[in-house]
Amino acid sequence: MTTVATVSEGTDNPYALSHLDSLESEAVHIFREVAGEFERPVILFSGGKDSILMLHLALKAFAPAPVPFTLLHVDTGHNFPEVLEYRDRTVAEHGLRLHVASVQEYIDAGKLRERPDGTRNPLQTVPLTEAIQQHRFDAVFGGGRRDEEKARAKERVFSLRDEFSQWDPRRQRPELWQLYNGRHAAGEHVRVFPISNWTELDVWQYIEREGIELPEIYFAHEREVFNRSGMWLTAGDWGGPKEHERTETRQVRYRTVGDMSCTGAVDSDATTLDAVITEIAASRLTERGATRADDKMSEAAMEDRKREGYF
Amino acid sequence: MTTPIQLAESLSTTTLLRFATAGSVDDGKSTLVGRLLHDSKSVLTDQLEAVQDASRKRGQEAPDLALLTDGLRAEREQGITIDVAYRYFATPRRRFILADTPGHVQYTRNMVTGASTAELAVVLVDARNGVVEQTRRHAAVAALLRVPHVVLAVNKMDLVDYAEPVFAAMAEEFTAYAASLGVPEITAIPISALAGDNVVEPSAHMDWYGGPTVLEHLETVPVSHDLTACHARFPVQYVIRPQTAEHPDYRGYAGQIAAGVFRVGEPVTVLPSGRTSTIAGIDLLGDSVDIAWAPQSVTVRLADDVDVSRGDLIAPSDDAPAVTQDVEATVCHVADQPLTVGQRVLIKHTTRTVKAIVKDIPSRLTLDDLSQHPAPGQLIANDIGRVVVRTAEPLALDAYADSRRTGSFLLIDPADGTTLSAGMAGASFAAVTQAPAPAGDDAEWDF
Repeated sequence: MTTVATVSEGTDNPYALSHLDSLESEAVHIFREVAGEFERPVILFSGGKDSILMLHLALKAFAPAPVPFTLLHVDTGHNFPEVLEYRDRTVAEHGLRLHVASVQEYIDAGKLRERPDGTRNPLQTVPLTEAIQQHRFDAVFGGGRRDEEKARAKERVFSLRDEFSQWDPRRQRPELWQLYNGRHAAGEHVRVFPISNWTELDVWQYIEREGIELPEIYFAHEREVFNRSGMWLTAGDWGGPKEHERTETRQVRYRTVGDMSCTGAVDSDATTLDAVITEIAASRLTERGATRADDKMSEAAMEDRKREGYF
Repeated sequence: MTTPIQLAESLSTTTLLRFATAGSVDDGKSTLVGRLLHDSKSVLTDQLEAVQDASRKRGQEAPDLALLTDGLRAEREQGITIDVAYRYFATPRRRFILADTPGHVQYTRNMVTGASTAELAVVLVDARNGVVEQTRRHAAVAALLRVPHVVLAVNKMDLVDYAEPVFAAMAEEFTAYAASLGVPEITAIPISALAGDNVVEPSAHMDWYGGPTVLEHLETVPVSHDLTACHARFPVQYVIRPQTAEHPDYRGYAGQIAAGVFRVGEPVTVLPSGRTSTIAGIDLLGDSVDIAWAPQSVTVRLADDVDVSRGDLIAPSDDAPAVTQDVEATVCHVADQPLTVGQRVLIKHTTRTVKAIVKDIPSRLTLDDLSQHPAPGQLIANDIGRVVVRTAEPLALDAYADSRRTGSFLLIDPADGTTLSAGMAGASFAAVTQAPAPAGDDAEWDF
């Protein structure tokens, strides 16, 4: 009777891929599927580690030819200057084309209103969806990972969005094998998540393996910060600190890069990739739990935003 | 106890196992998943706090671990799992992607979704109830999808006094049943997910059991097959032609190797055209290599200037598949709209999408008792049945039994792009014709 394991080969098979190689191969396959099937794909590129990773994978996927996609950044107007500098330098280095959708321009034009809490992350949805329509993008790459958040854990790799960019989790197409179905009607588009199956630790380990350069804010440095709702926010023109909030200098780093008004820093002395990886492996907090205010607004905050067109 | 530093170091060289769980509503699947995640440090403090908060708001005293995986509003409101959730965890020995699939029978399509990419399926049973219809359904889906490894986790052993005969009888019944369906490897493990017996730690209550815990088994099961026995297959995804000063003549065929091994110098045939050439070079994401294998994403260069484009398949000349326009297959129907005889569809096979027509639906399988119903006329959501499809252009199709990647396809509604059915080409359960039906079940397997 076969009641115990019948196989004991172990994992020393010469053809077994390391998990990073498996994830890389899968992501490259997804990039190439989109290149093969869509007319006007675009990569969302913020200068954050996930989008940097995606660009790196795209460069490898099409080498020695250039990446056959343009880039799109939704600039909240409250971005870290170091990150914008990195963004522009990278775009120039690889001869890419970058579209910028500006939340500030929407506010200045009276098309969006500043929120009382000063958070601009939810305001990105309108400029994003309008940019998609304006440029008629039919596939939009996002760096979303399923390990980030419980609603994202339910997201397909190919996620069909209607003409309003809405996500309907109950009407998702089953995703079978590696056969991604990208068919869509005119006006609809597909959000594509090539690094769905990566975890935060995978991202960092891959960045280390590949020697990918990152903006400085990911590594420990001295910074003027103040505490709001338990998070260390960077002081700046965007609207902090308020009168009752005190600024102090702390040694911090960022685990995610987003709008300055809702992305917190963590105390850290990790100044190298090695140290960052060790710190993450030991952390008892997820990256979004540690540093993102916008996900804590309600139990289903991410799902609600995604339904409206957020990525 | 592994330190974080050891964990980080070992993680960069480990392999990846994709597995799926299946079980009925009250078999303790959430508890098992919760314990695997929890004991491998994959539930972090903020996630656990969020679950505790949500549970308290619902008036529950203990944290409801199902809320870890039930991420959608509708799921949390109704307390059921609607859709597959993907979970990630790691041990120093391996990284895991878990497709957590709902157990309700009406969500068979979700188990098919989870199992389609899984190397291993964990089928959970309640030790008090034994192998029930639902267990047979799960085993049948795992067999149909050709999941190479199946684990029977006999849960709630604490409620049957950890009695060996209870476990042994179920293990024997299930192993005979699953083997008759053609499941290549079956492992039965007695566990208590609630008490923690044999999930991560060996049980102190079951000295009679000499096998691995669930986690040990997940960590050691082989993830790559014997590639020398596989037919090498390379579907072309995209043609890379830089046309730059640096690379004026570069013409590479980009794709992910679907099965087997390719070597530089090997004579190959391009299908469906049948043109032949030799592999002049293989580029592995920037590095030139002599040999590459599944599932590596590579770029292949050929010695001759033959016409190759997206949708073509490159295979060794001495081991190329036949091309056909008549596809016989088993499908699981995954859409709400039915699939009918005479319907015009698209078939997506590897990187090739062609028009097709459903010529016949010879039979439909009832998963409840595995009986077959001849000529149903149509298939509705969650039905599994045999179909005959005629395609407008030839496909280089393998039997699903030989290659999950080049034997699988989707049927798509050309009008609105809906994924209609998941298809598996060739005969259904390979081992079934000779296998005797289990006692008390006179079903015919060859549907």
